[in-house]
Amino acid sequence: MSDILVSEQSAPGPGGSGRPAGRLLEVDDLRVEFRTRDGVAKVINGVTYHVDAGETLAVLGESGSGKSVTAQTIMGILDTPPGFVTGGQIRFHGKDMLRMSSEERRRIRGEGIAMIFQDALSALNPVFTVGFQIAEQFRVRRGLGRAEAKKRAIEMLDQVKIPNAKGRFNNYPHQFSGGMRQRAMIAMSLALDPEVLIADEPTTALDVTVQAQIMDLLAELQRERQMGMILITHDLGVVADVADRIAVMYAGRIVEEADVYDLYAKPAHPYTMGLIDSIPRLDEKGQQLRTIKGLPPNLMNIPPGCPFNPRCPMAQPVCREKVPPLLQVGTARASACHFAEELVNRD
Amino acid sequence: MGRYLLRRLLQLVPVFIGTTFLIYALVWAVPGDPFAGKCGERRCPDQYIAFMTEKYHLDQNVFVQYASYMKNLLQGDFGQTFSQREISDIILTSYPNTLKLALVALAIEAVIGLGAGVLTGLRRNGFLDNLVLVSTLFLIALPVFVVGFLLQWLLGVQWGIIKPTVSSEMRLSELIVPGFVLGSASVAYIARVARTSIAENRRADYVRTAIAKGLPMRRVVGVHLLRNSLIPVVTLLGTDLGALMGGAIVTEGIFGINGIGRQVFRAIVTKESATVVGIVVVLVLVYLVMNLLVDLLYAALDPRIRYE
Repeated sequence: MSDILVSEQSAPGPGGSGRPAGRLLEVDDLRVEFRTRDGVAKVINGVTYHVDAGETLAVLGESGSGKSVTAQTIMGILDTPPGFVTGGQIRFHGKDMLRMSSEERRRIRGEGIAMIFQDALSALNPVFTVGFQIAEQFRVRRGLGRAEAKKRAIEMLDQVKIPNAKGRFNNYPHQFSGGMRQRAMIAMSLALDPEVLIADEPTTALDVTVQAQIMDLLAELQRERQMGMILITHDLGVVADVADRIAVMYAGRIVEEADVYDLYAKPAHPYTMGLIDSIPRLDEKGQQLRTIKGLPPNLMNIPPGCPFNPRCPMAQPVCREKVPPLLQVGTARASACHFAEELVNRD
Repeated sequence: MGRYLLRRLLQLVPVFIGTTFLIYALVWAVPGDPFAGKCGERRCPDQYIAFMTEKYHLDQNVFVQYASYMKNLLQGDFGQTFSQREISDIILTSYPNTLKLALVALAIEAVIGLGAGVLTGLRRNGFLDNLVLVSTLFLIALPVFVVGFLLQWLLGVQWGIIKPTVSSEMRLSELIVPGFVLGSASVAYIARVARTSIAENRRADYVRTAIAKGLPMRRVVGVHLLRNSLIPVVTLLGTDLGALMGGAIVTEGIFGINGIGRQVFRAIVTKESATVVGIVVVLVLVYLVMNLLVDLLYAALDPRIRYE
């Protein structure tokens, strides 16, 4: 689908600065399916997005939209079986990772692309100290000695603003609070100074005040290190402050991609409109929250045409017949809706 | 930790008294005359019976007998057999043999069981997995005496690879086959528990994290996965030592090892109740100590378990 964007339209991708080549990380028409006893679920159906150094791409979507599976496929931690990549490319510095040897891919993990998980309590190994798990990166991947690795690990804990980092080094994950655990997780994933950081719902498991702190920390570290960051979330509120671009996913496809400002001001896809409409608002206190009617499609049986058509308030006959491709709308955005132009040009 | 240990040690006291009393009462309840057949063809002289009755409080009820037995036991006196042999002497000669055998069995269990469990847990439904599943099913289904006699006959008699019986020196090399026989069923259980544990943790989030960190697979499995999967296996191994020693009677019989199994059997047949109780009391102690050790090992393996 990036081909459609780049070659057929011969225009730069959404939000891009006019350099289609030499991207840091590009996912290109990725397809993943889960083969289970009950049938084949098409989880990712041609996802295309990219992230460059120093920018934050937010991937937005409800559970089951395929945002996490895309990230797992990039990291190479997709559970196979049941998950199988059936098509597409994931290019890191222009090289397709899906065609690399497993050893080559392993070396990219942590150093090239690192990942933060949603629930730090289960993502950290419960039987090793937090310090050990960070220092392990320096010892195994950098070959540092025990003392030097420990020193570096404490520096990392300091950088993510864990108070008394030295004293906390020998604590186990369960001895940390939720926010501290996520900080430790961040320290661990940034230890090898990765170029791309994938944060998979990093604040979902945390309470609201801590969420803001963690997002601030992530944004700060991303700026300092000029990393490319892919922020996966279902929370529109989280996205607004930190993301440069947003890609909205639905049923394993990108349905809209735009700059944060454009997307909020004028969504070019009915699904995005529904998402924005369903944010609780202070000026509508006391009224019922708005929702998107219906349920996401069964991925084993995605309806023909636009996958969103059964829930779409604007659906026309064409929506039930033709899958709308992700096409350029206006200057720096793309939408996979047959009526994207109308949506953007409305008042 | 210190307080926890003290509490656990204090808990051992009522458990020890309870179990030993049960054993004592059970042996006491076995019908039959302890003097039957003791004095050859004829009835024992009344004088002898009176002497023994007085000495062992045979005319008293079970509580009095138990109390006096415990009183002596706490002073290190296990009593004597009817033929005036010190029971502590019997224990001292037979226990080390059984312990040696059980430890060999335990080591075999740990190595083979854990190895097979890890290999199959990582690759479920493969050829090796099915092979291990079927062979462990065999080992679980076959009674120990069948495995024992079969191996003794095959390896010892037919092929002459081992000596059919173990010499009184109890060399380690001689104990490998008997140890395998003794631990055969447990090997199967260990392999299966390890397999399940590994397979379960294989999909855990922290394993995924370890892979995402770019660690080599060797380290992901050998450090992150194994350490978490070991906990149920260690429980099984630790509590198994007592079971192995108590269950060694068949294996000892087959391979002619002079262990506690043989002594207990002989004591039961000849109604030497003091010997039975003495040997079982030490066995109870082994169980209790091993259980305590396993609980302490938990804390070492899983820091989330804290003892206060």
